[in-house]
Amino acid sequence: MKTIKFRQFTSLIRKEFYHVFRDKKTMLILFGMPATMILIFGFALTNEIRNTSIVVIDQANDNHSKKLTQKISTSNYFTIVDKQSDPRRKNIEQYFQKGSIKLALIIPNNFSSEIESHNTCKIQIIADATDPNNANVLTSYMTSIIRNYERQISGIPNSNCNIIPEIKMLYNPKLKGAPNFVPGVIALVLMLICVMMTAISIVREKEMGTMEVLLVSPFRPFLIILSKTVPYLLISLLNIILILLLSVFVLHLPIKGNLTFLFIESALFIITCLTLGIFISIKAKSQQAAMLISLVGMFLPTVLFSGFMFPIDNMPLILQFISNLVPAKWFYTIAKSIMIQGSHFSALWTETLILTAMTVLLMVASLKNFKVRLEP
Amino acid sequence: MMTEPIITVEKLSRTFQKGKVKAVKNISFSINKNEIFGLIGPDGAGKTSIFRILTTLLLPDTGFAHIAGYDMVKEYKKIRQIIGYMPGKFSLYQDLTVEENLHFFASIYGTNIDENYHLIEDIYNQLSPFKDRKAGNLSGGMKQKLALSCALIHNPTIMFLDEPTTGVDPVSRKEFWVMLSKLKRKGITILVSTPYMDEASLCDRVALIQDGNILSIDQPGNITKQFPRSLYSIRSNQKGRIINYLRMFKGIYNCYVYGENIHFNFEKEDHREMLVKLKKNLQHKNLFDDTIRIVEPSIEDCFIEMLSGRKSNAIENG
Repeated sequence: MKTIKFRQFTSLIRKEFYHVFRDKKTMLILFGMPATMILIFGFALTNEIRNTSIVVIDQANDNHSKKLTQKISTSNYFTIVDKQSDPRRKNIEQYFQKGSIKLALIIPNNFSSEIESHNTCKIQIIADATDPNNANVLTSYMTSIIRNYERQISGIPNSNCNIIPEIKMLYNPKLKGAPNFVPGVIALVLMLICVMMTAISIVREKEMGTMEVLLVSPFRPFLIILSKTVPYLLISLLNIILILLLSVFVLHLPIKGNLTFLFIESALFIITCLTLGIFISIKAKSQQAAMLISLVGMFLPTVLFSGFMFPIDNMPLILQFISNLVPAKWFYTIAKSIMIQGSHFSALWTETLILTAMTVLLMVASLKNFKVRLEP
Repeated sequence: MMTEPIITVEKLSRTFQKGKVKAVKNISFSINKNEIFGLIGPDGAGKTSIFRILTTLLLPDTGFAHIAGYDMVKEYKKIRQIIGYMPGKFSLYQDLTVEENLHFFASIYGTNIDENYHLIEDIYNQLSPFKDRKAGNLSGGMKQKLALSCALIHNPTIMFLDEPTTGVDPVSRKEFWVMLSKLKRKGITILVSTPYMDEASLCDRVALIQDGNILSIDQPGNITKQFPRSLYSIRSNQKGRIINYLRMFKGIYNCYVYGENIHFNFEKEDHREMLVKLKKNLQHKNLFDDTIRIVEPSIEDCFIEMLSGRKSNAIENG
C-alpha cells in the first residue's frame, strides 16, 4: 500500500514538472520574472546620483562662491543648467515647476567676506521633494560637497570658518529615509511567483476538466495538494539562489549573515506562499479569478505592508494590525536582518514562528476546503 | 444471461442554481451486471448530471443509489476504486503525450500499463503510432480512444462513458461500439450515454431521457415494438414543401424529417381513405416522385412519439 502511494506521488510530481517545462509562459514567469524584477528594482531603486540638473543662484559672485560653484560642476553628480543671481521664490520655483531641475543652491551676498571675517555663513539648498527619497539623497550629496569645500578652505591659514548648509525640503518638509530594497524585492518576487503558480495549478485542472477524472480516482486530497507544491518548491529554491547571486554580484549587496540560515528561512517563506496559493486555488472558480486574487490581493499588500516601501511604524494602528497578516512582512524583516545586520536565529525566532504558524494554518484550511466532489 | 443488478438508482433528483434548474427529476432504474446500458436523450436531458451523481462527483438532492453494493454517498471512496469514468468533455492532459497520459492514469490507480494491457490492447494498437504525440494534438476519434484506454487501464468493474461518440466521425463511432461490445465480453458493465438515437440499438437496454425524466426503459427491440401507429415514409427532394403540406393536412398526427426521408403517421388507425387522398393531392401538386411506404419505427421515431404524447398530455392536463 505504501509503495502504491509513493508511486502515485512520484507520477503526480512528474506530471506537474511536465506542465511547467512544456509551457513557455510558465517558464518565462518562473525564471524570467525574478531575474528581471531583481535587476529592474535593483537598478531603478539604486541610490546612485548622476548628472542631476541644478540651478545656482549666486548672489555674491565673488571668489569663494565661484570656487564652490566650480567644485560642484566638476563633480559627476550635478550639472548646473543655469546660473543667476535673483533669489526670489517665484524665480526659483519656475525651474522646479518646469521639471528642469531637482535642486537649487542659493549662495548669499558677501559669501567670501562672511567666510573670511565671521567664520560662519549660511547657504541654502532647496530640493524638489515630490520624490522624498531622491530629495534626501540629493541634499546629502550636495551637503557633502560643501563640507568638502569647507575642509579644503579651512586648510588655508587664517580661515577656520564654518559653512552651515541650511536644508529646506520643498513640497514635503518631513522626509523618511530610503531603505535598502533588495530584501523587499526578494520577498515580493517570491510571493508573486509562488502564490501565482500554485494558485493557477489546481483551478486549471478544474477548468480543463481533468479534476473530474482525478477526483474519480482513489486519491487522497493531501496527495494532490502536496504534489502541487513540491515542484514549485524546488523551482523556487533554484530561484532563491539565482536572486541571491544577482544581489551579490550585480547589485553588490553583500550578505552579512549566515547564508544557510537565509536559505532555510527563504524555504520556509516559499512554503508559506505555496500553501497560500493552494488555498486560493481551491477557493477560486476560474484561472482568471485565481490570477487576479494572487496579483491584486497579494502584490498590493506585499508592497504596502511588508515595510520595504512604506514604513509600518508610521501607519495608523489598524493598518499596522493588518500588516501583521501579510507573510511578506515577516520574511522581509528576516531577510533584511540576516542580509544587512547579520542577525542569528536567536533574534528572529518570533518571525520564524509566525511564518510557520501561518503555513500550518493555511495547509489545514486548504485540506478542509478541498472538495472531494464537483462544485455545482 | 445474468440479471443481477449492479447499479440500483432510486428516486434520484438533483437541482442546480438553488432549485431553479431541475436537471434530474425523481428517476429510478437499475443496471444489470455485464450489460451495456444506454442513456439516450438530446443535449440538456440530464445525462451528464446522472453520470456525475453515479460516479460520486455530485450529491443528489434526494434519492440514493448503490454501485456494486456500495452506498453512493457514504462509501464513495470504495466506488472510486472500481469504476472507470470518461467525461463528456475531453479530460486528459493535453500537454502530456499519449503514453505519458496512460502511464499517469495507471500509476494513480496503483497499477501499470503492462498489468492490464490485455484490456486496452485493441484500442492502444491503433494509438501506438502516435504514442509520443501530445494528447492535445490528436484527432477527435483518437482522443476518445485514448480517453477510453485511460479509463480502462485500472481494470474497472463498471465503466461510465458520457457521450463518448459525440464529435467523432462515423467510422470511429462504429469502431468505438465494437470496442464496447468486446469490453462487455470481458465482463465489464458499461453505462453509456449518447445523443445519437441510431446508437441505441447497440445497447442491451436503453433509458430514453428527456428533461430529467425517464420516458421509457427497455431493450431497444421492445421499445420499437411498442410503437402504437403505422409509420409512413416519403422519399423526396422537396422535403420542406411536403412537410408544410402535411402540417396542414387534417388527420396527420406527426410529421418530421428523418434523414433523407419524411416520416409521418395518422391520428387514427383507420386511415386508408385519408392516405389515398393524401397521395392524390401530393401527386397533383407534383410533390413526390416515389411511393409512400410503411416503415419499421426506429428508437428516434419512438422518442418523437413519446415526446408528442407527453406534450399533448401536458396540454390536456394543464
